[in-house]
Amino acid sequence: MTVALTEAEPAPAAAPRQRRRRATGRLAVLPLLAFTGVAFGIPALAMLNGALTVKDPATGATSYSTANLSASLHGAYLTALIGSVKLSAVSAVLAAALGLPLAQTVVTSRFRALREAVLTAAGVLANFGGVPLAFAFVATLGNSGVLTRRLGLADKGWNLYSFWGLVIVYLYFLIPLMVLTITPALDGLRTQWREAARNNGATAFQYWRHVALPVLLPSLLGGLVLLFGSAFAAYATAAAMVGSAVPLVTLQIADAISGNVLVGQENVALALSLDMVLVAGLVMAVYLPLQRRSARWLA
Amino acid sequence: MTVFQPRTAVLTGGLVVAALALSACGAAPDKASTGADGKSAASATSAADFGGLDALVKAAKKEGTLHAIALPRDWANYGALIDGFQKKYGIKVEVENPDGSSQDEINAVTSRKGQDRAPDVLDLGTSFALSAAQQGLLASYEVTAYDDIPEGQKDAQARWYNDYGGYISIGCDDKRVKTCPTSFKDLLKPEYKGQVALNGNPTKAAAAFAGVYAASLANGGSFDDIQPGLDFFARLKKNGNYTPVESTPATVEKGETPITIDWDYLNAGYADEFKSKGLDWKVVVPDDGMFSQYYSQAINKDAPHPAAARLWQEYLYGAEGQNLWLQGYARPVLMPAMEKAGTLDKDAAAKLPEVSGTPAFPSEDQQNKAKTVVAQGWGKAVSG
Repeated sequence: MTVALTEAEPAPAAAPRQRRRRATGRLAVLPLLAFTGVAFGIPALAMLNGALTVKDPATGATSYSTANLSASLHGAYLTALIGSVKLSAVSAVLAAALGLPLAQTVVTSRFRALREAVLTAAGVLANFGGVPLAFAFVATLGNSGVLTRRLGLADKGWNLYSFWGLVIVYLYFLIPLMVLTITPALDGLRTQWREAARNNGATAFQYWRHVALPVLLPSLLGGLVLLFGSAFAAYATAAAMVGSAVPLVTLQIADAISGNVLVGQENVALALSLDMVLVAGLVMAVYLPLQRRSARWLA
Repeated sequence: MTVFQPRTAVLTGGLVVAALALSACGAAPDKASTGADGKSAASATSAADFGGLDALVKAAKKEGTLHAIALPRDWANYGALIDGFQKKYGIKVEVENPDGSSQDEINAVTSRKGQDRAPDVLDLGTSFALSAAQQGLLASYEVTAYDDIPEGQKDAQARWYNDYGGYISIGCDDKRVKTCPTSFKDLLKPEYKGQVALNGNPTKAAAAFAGVYAASLANGGSFDDIQPGLDFFARLKKNGNYTPVESTPATVEKGETPITIDWDYLNAGYADEFKSKGLDWKVVVPDDGMFSQYYSQAINKDAPHPAAARLWQEYLYGAEGQNLWLQGYARPVLMPAMEKAGTLDKDAAAKLPEVSGTPAFPSEDQQNKAKTVVAQGWGKAVSG
C-alpha cells in the first residue's frame, strides 16, 4: 500500500529523493515479510514436509511418499473431514441466517442503549469458547444438566452430545460473531436507498431482494467464511463435550498426534492439517473474487 | 511515517535473530555424573555396575533433579510416589504435562534430544515402549529386582519393564443407579440409558481401548478379534445407553458419568476420593470380559539426569514404591515376588477388586491388528 502511494506522488523535480523514499517504502515491508516467513512459512513447510514423510515405526527410517495423504483421505479420517465440513457449514449458515436479522433489528433500533448493549455482549460472547463454553452447556443441558432434569428433556430424546447438540453450542459464539461482522455493512446501507425504492413503489421484499442483499452479499459471504473458519478450527469445545461421538478432523488430529494407543501417527496428523489448509484455501478462493467485485459498492 | 520503518525493520530483524538464538540455548551442559570408579551414570546398566546403590544415590543427589513427564498425581497413586521419592532422597521431581500421553512423551524425547529439558524417565504404554526401544531412544538398565519381574513383562535387554497395571472394571454410582451392573451384558439393559461412559476415546486413550477389548472378550471375541467389542459399543450407542462424555474425576463427581468403564485402580481411587462427598462408587471387575494390562517404565537414553533417572527406577521397583502403587489400587508387577518375600502390604492387597484366574495378555501383533480395527471402526460405531 505504501509503495503505491509514493509512486502516485507527482514530483518529477525531486526524482532522486523520490527513489530513495520508494526504496525505504519497500524496505518497510521487510519486517512483515520476515515475520510471515518465520511465523507462517516455516511451520507450513514443516507441515508439508512431515505430511509427505513416512516413518518406519520399527527402525525410525524415513522416506518420502504420499501414503499419509492418502491415509488422511480414507476411512475414519475422511469421515472426520466430511464431518467437520458439514458441521462448520451447517452452523455457519444457521448463524448467518439468525445473526443477520438480529443485527438489522439492532441497527435500525431507535434505542442507542440497546445497540451498545447488544454489540458489547456480542463482543464478549464471540470470544466465549473452549472448555468453559462446553462446561456451561454440560451443566445446563448435559445428561444431568439443570434444564435437562427440570424439563425432563432426556425422555424427549434430547442429547447434547450429538451433531445437533454441537451445532447449538457453536451457534452460541457464532451468532454474536456474525452480528459483529455484519453490523458495519448494515450501517453502510443508506436510508436514502430504501426511501428511493419505496418512492418507486417497491415492496420491502423487493427492496431486500434487489437492493440491500446484493450490496450486502460480499459482507455476508465474508461473514460466512469467517464463521466457517471459526467452526472448522474449533477444537477444545468439541473435545471436552463430544469426544469421539461426532467425527471431527481437529479431534482426529489430536488423537493421531498425542495418543496412548496408535503408535507413529504423527505424520498422518500433519497430512490431516494439510487437508484442513486446503479446505480453508478453497473456501477463501470462492470468497475473495466476490468480495473484490462488490467491495466497490460500500466504499 | 515511512522514515521510521527501516529502524523498525532492523529492530524486528534483531528480535527475530535474538529469538532464534535464545531457542538454541537449551543445549545440555556437560555434567556427566560419575560413580565410585569413574563410571558414568549414563552408561551404567545396573546399580552394581555403577559401584553400588550408595554411589548411585550420591550421584543422583548431586544432580538434584528428576525431570519426569506425564505423571498425573491422581493416577495410580503417583502423587504419593513422587512425594515419597522427594522426601527419601531430597531430589526434586519436576513433572511436565501431567496429563500427557505416551506419544507426547516420545515426542518430548525425540524433539529435545540432547537438551537439559528432555524427560529423564518415561511411563509408557507397552507398545510405545517397544517402539521407542526399537528406535534406540531408551537406555538399558537392570533394576535390582529385574530378575523378579515375570517373564513376558520385560524387555530382554532391560530397556523397559512393566511396572503396574490392573483390570478393566465397571465403576458405578450406587446412589444414582438403582442396581449396579456387574457384567458387560448388564450394560445393555434399558435402565442404564445415557449412563455408560468410557475413559476417553479408544483410538487415543489406552484405558478406553482396553475397555473395547474387554467388551470384545465378553461378546465372543478374542485377542485376535476385537470387532465384537466395537459391535457391542455400537449396540450400546444405538439403544441410547452409551454417553460420549469421557469420564474424568470431575464427571464422576458431578454424576455426568454414573457408570464408567475404566481401569480398576482409577475407579477404586474415585471411590476413596469422593466418599467424603457423599458418592457411593462401587467397583467390579466384570466376570464376562476380563482384560488386564500393565504400563512400562523406561529411561531416556540421553537423560539429562542419568543417575536420578536410574535411582527413580530403583525406587519404583523397591518394596516401598511397589506398595505405594498397591495402595493406589494398582497391581504392581512384583506382587507375586513380594508376596513370597513377605514385603507385600497385605491390607492394601486385600482391598483390590476381586478377580478370578490369571491374567492373559494379547501379543504385540494381536494388539496392533486390534488397534487398526478400532482406529477405522470406532467412529462408525458410536457416531451419529
